[in-house]
Amino acid sequence: MMELLQTLEQTGLDLLGPLWLPLWTVVKIMLIVLPIMGAVAYLTLAERKVIGYMQIRIGPNRVGYYGLLQPLADGIKLLFKEIIIPSGSSKALFILAPIMALAPSLAAWAVVPFNEGMVLSNLNAGLLYILAMTSLAVYGIIIAGWASNSKYAFLGAVRSAAQIVSYEIAMGFALVCVLMASQSMNLTDIVNGQKGGFGLLNWYMLPLFPMFLVYLISGVAETNRAPFDMAEGESEIVAGFHVEYSGMAFALFFLAEYANMILIAFLTSIMFLGGWLSPLPFLPDSFIWLLGKVSFILFLFLWFRATFPRYRYDQLMRLGWKVFIPLTIVWVVVVAAWMQTPLWVW
Amino acid sequence: MNFETIVFYVFAALTVFAGLRVITARNPVHAVLFLVLTFISCAGIWILLEAEFLAITLVLVYVGAVMVLFLFVVMMLDINLVRLREGIWRWLPFGAALAGLMAFEMIWVLGSSGASAGKSAVKHAADYSNTKELGRLIYTDYVYPFEIAAVLLLVAMVAAIALTLRRRKDAKSQVVAEQVAVRKADRLRIVAMQSESKESGK
Repeated sequence: MMELLQTLEQTGLDLLGPLWLPLWTVVKIMLIVLPIMGAVAYLTLAERKVIGYMQIRIGPNRVGYYGLLQPLADGIKLLFKEIIIPSGSSKALFILAPIMALAPSLAAWAVVPFNEGMVLSNLNAGLLYILAMTSLAVYGIIIAGWASNSKYAFLGAVRSAAQIVSYEIAMGFALVCVLMASQSMNLTDIVNGQKGGFGLLNWYMLPLFPMFLVYLISGVAETNRAPFDMAEGESEIVAGFHVEYSGMAFALFFLAEYANMILIAFLTSIMFLGGWLSPLPFLPDSFIWLLGKVSFILFLFLWFRATFPRYRYDQLMRLGWKVFIPLTIVWVVVVAAWMQTPLWVW
Repeated sequence: MNFETIVFYVFAALTVFAGLRVITARNPVHAVLFLVLTFISCAGIWILLEAEFLAITLVLVYVGAVMVLFLFVVMMLDINLVRLREGIWRWLPFGAALAGLMAFEMIWVLGSSGASAGKSAVKHAADYSNTKELGRLIYTDYVYPFEIAAVLLLVAMVAAIALTLRRRKDAKSQVVAEQVAVRKADRLRIVAMQSESKESGK
């Protein structure tokens, strides 16, 4: 596999010269973005199916076998719908907002490693880059809420922004623990730091278990998913920040939400669940393990949505500020002290 | 002109343009968004200088957190544009003088040190970690300035909280610990009653 890639790169370099690098990068970006878009489409179907079965329904089953073409039908429907721009809205920002929501969630994939050496950009400050990119996603929501010139949209945007900013702190501190444990901000190094003779006992999930939970739950809150979907809050503010959007502009917000879910699932697997490392020492490491872990976390996301009632806003803020942030700060100190002792075996 | 120079000029032009739009945009929300663009293009320039830690931190802290809160406040303010623009010609000479003074100072400081004149930066090896280098400097050579800055920030934070801390007497609050500790017996009383016949109910 690696040899094939190397020969390919060499021939390309010989054929195209300096033009090869940008071209090859674009090809690699396509190789990452297109499967993500496909995964997003089928995640929406999986969500409807999983929640359907959990509620003893069948879920979509009319379009294609077992409803397998449903995402396609949804996409075509949204594509042909009219995009209505409300009068009195700030037009340029209204159109910019969905783009701003989707762009950072795709940009973050640049540093996500899929296997040893299979990464678009092996950045040394990869972890920081991810944090920076995910923190940009909130702009799409705020701009959408403000530019719509609607009270419901604005209230949704305010709620959502406050929520994202609060949970980002807990997420950041959870990742500080990871980078202390791995002593690197490079995502490939973080995965390799979890390598060892004991399979899944070597993963950071074990010493950083509270951080794993905090990161996962904050991830749910960060992506505005149920039970933290106060930003949408159908029962209170209709649909929140995207109430005025229609057609493809509306679809972009959903693409962003699902792309973010997949990103959080990948990051959780990489930081806490050993990425592509196999859980049992005698099995080979492979990309398939990563996919399995990611699928499991995505299933958790859907499971949460089918199971838990929506949080109240003050409960959400309490959980973020009074539970998660103190817990993460304490655990940073605990890990720092623990690492100085011989009891730290990771 | 190599590729890096082109990228530098693109980012520099973007920074200047966005900076100008911050003060000329009619709508304050647009102005704040242009300020965000200024930060991002500054971060781009820093990346060119191989200061990736600072660049990403700029995006993370200023764009991702500070400007979001700023945007919040500006969006909620009831800003009267006409009043805001009143007397711009009266104050323009003062503003221009101040800007000129600052530009002069910057040129004076940067021009005389000779650090930027005619020297090209030396490229680091691929495994050079800007983050480690910064950490080493902060905790060795510059540990006192760093600690003083941290204490200053802490004082500012405590002051900001203390200024806005007031207890309203009629505010309702929830004690979660008590709610969690509630047992069935505290809230529920089971009353034993004799069943009634149909006639007695009337």
